[in-house]
Amino acid sequence: MLTRKIELLVGVFILSGLMAFLVLVFNVANIEVKPGQSHYTLYAKFTNIGGLKVRSPVKVGGVVVGRVTQISLDPTELVAVVELAMDKQYEQFPETSSLSILTSGLLGEQFLGLTPGFVMDDIGMLQEGDYIDDTHSALVLEDLIGQFLYSVKSKDN
Amino acid sequence: MSLTDHIAGIGRSAIASVTGLGSAGLMLWGAIARVPKPRKGIPLLIKQLYVIGVQSMVIILVSGLFIGMVLALQGYNILVGFGTEDSLGPMVALSLLRELGPVVTALLFAGRAGSALTAEIGLMKSTEQLSSLEMMAIDPLRQIIAPRFWAGVISLPLLALMFTAVGIYGGHIVGVEWKGIDSGSFWSILQASVEWRQDIVNCVIKSLVFAVVVTWIALYRGYNVIPNPEGISRATTQTVVQSSLAVLALDFLLTAMMFGS
Repeated sequence: MLTRKIELLVGVFILSGLMAFLVLVFNVANIEVKPGQSHYTLYAKFTNIGGLKVRSPVKVGGVVVGRVTQISLDPTELVAVVELAMDKQYEQFPETSSLSILTSGLLGEQFLGLTPGFVMDDIGMLQEGDYIDDTHSALVLEDLIGQFLYSVKSKDN
Repeated sequence: MSLTDHIAGIGRSAIASVTGLGSAGLMLWGAIARVPKPRKGIPLLIKQLYVIGVQSMVIILVSGLFIGMVLALQGYNILVGFGTEDSLGPMVALSLLRELGPVVTALLFAGRAGSALTAEIGLMKSTEQLSSLEMMAIDPLRQIIAPRFWAGVISLPLLALMFTAVGIYGGHIVGVEWKGIDSGSFWSILQASVEWRQDIVNCVIKSLVFAVVVTWIALYRGYNVIPNPEGISRATTQTVVQSSLAVLALDFLLTAMMFGS
């Protein structure tokens, strides 16, 4: 039967199209299917965020624990405010933790490195909506070169 | 006298092109409004999916494989100079997903399926088959145009996805199997840089737009053919030329809208 064969081939065609879509979605984009509402929000202020972008990862010892969701400028203090969506799975960071903007490799993407702080009796854990106080801004290459040149010059005199 | 003639000539061609655009729009609306009915339309749609989609699969898969392979080879030769040949994965995947997948598939589709559509409908038109359908109170838009239009709109995005997936595996063959990039870093860097919303959804949107445009032009050129052999050959050529140009121009517009800011 000719129509049967055609129907079969069309079915194979549609299925292989869908399969290509699934391969692209799961194998190439590698999206993880996660239940919603599994994040808590933290804030941090930086004087200079360098090349940090929305969706940049937050890492602890190289492990991704969250992502940057929003970057804005504080209207009164004129410093950058970064909003972080942290994984609910990792919520045992003490309030003394520090956050610095690091670069992966020499010219790579910038990300946030979270260094867990010490724990004492009167120090709580970071909660939804908390600010991380101890932050280190991005190293700007031009500033570094400027400082270097300045120090070389002052040594000459 | 001659000046007014020239001005009238400009007016005439302007009216003709607007009329053409209007009748093409009416035909497109006619095809969109007549979604195939389950009982009668689905067999027609399946037949057209076979002709338009399944029969284009071989050329799409083979060219996807080769384009992925050649992209990986050229990219490798440049990237290895910077010692960053590990980034070959995202280079191949992003250029296929963002540009080459939808665009090359649409161009191949215009050549493979679009020209065939125009020739088929043009011959139906010039042998008065469409008019005889109307005489028998069968709507040619529903019977002939709508199934072909929907088959094109369904097929092209699927073909573009297959093209891209096969192309990425072609890049994998050259990069990992031949040039010896580490398979783990190929995939992990690729997965880190491809985004679901930004890349895959936009790839599908692009190929949907191209599908509508290419199928529309092919059907309209066939439907409005000058009914003689020369007219059919001109219409087929016009289909390929116009849809290729439309795809490339629209690609720039869509890219500017999606990735411009």
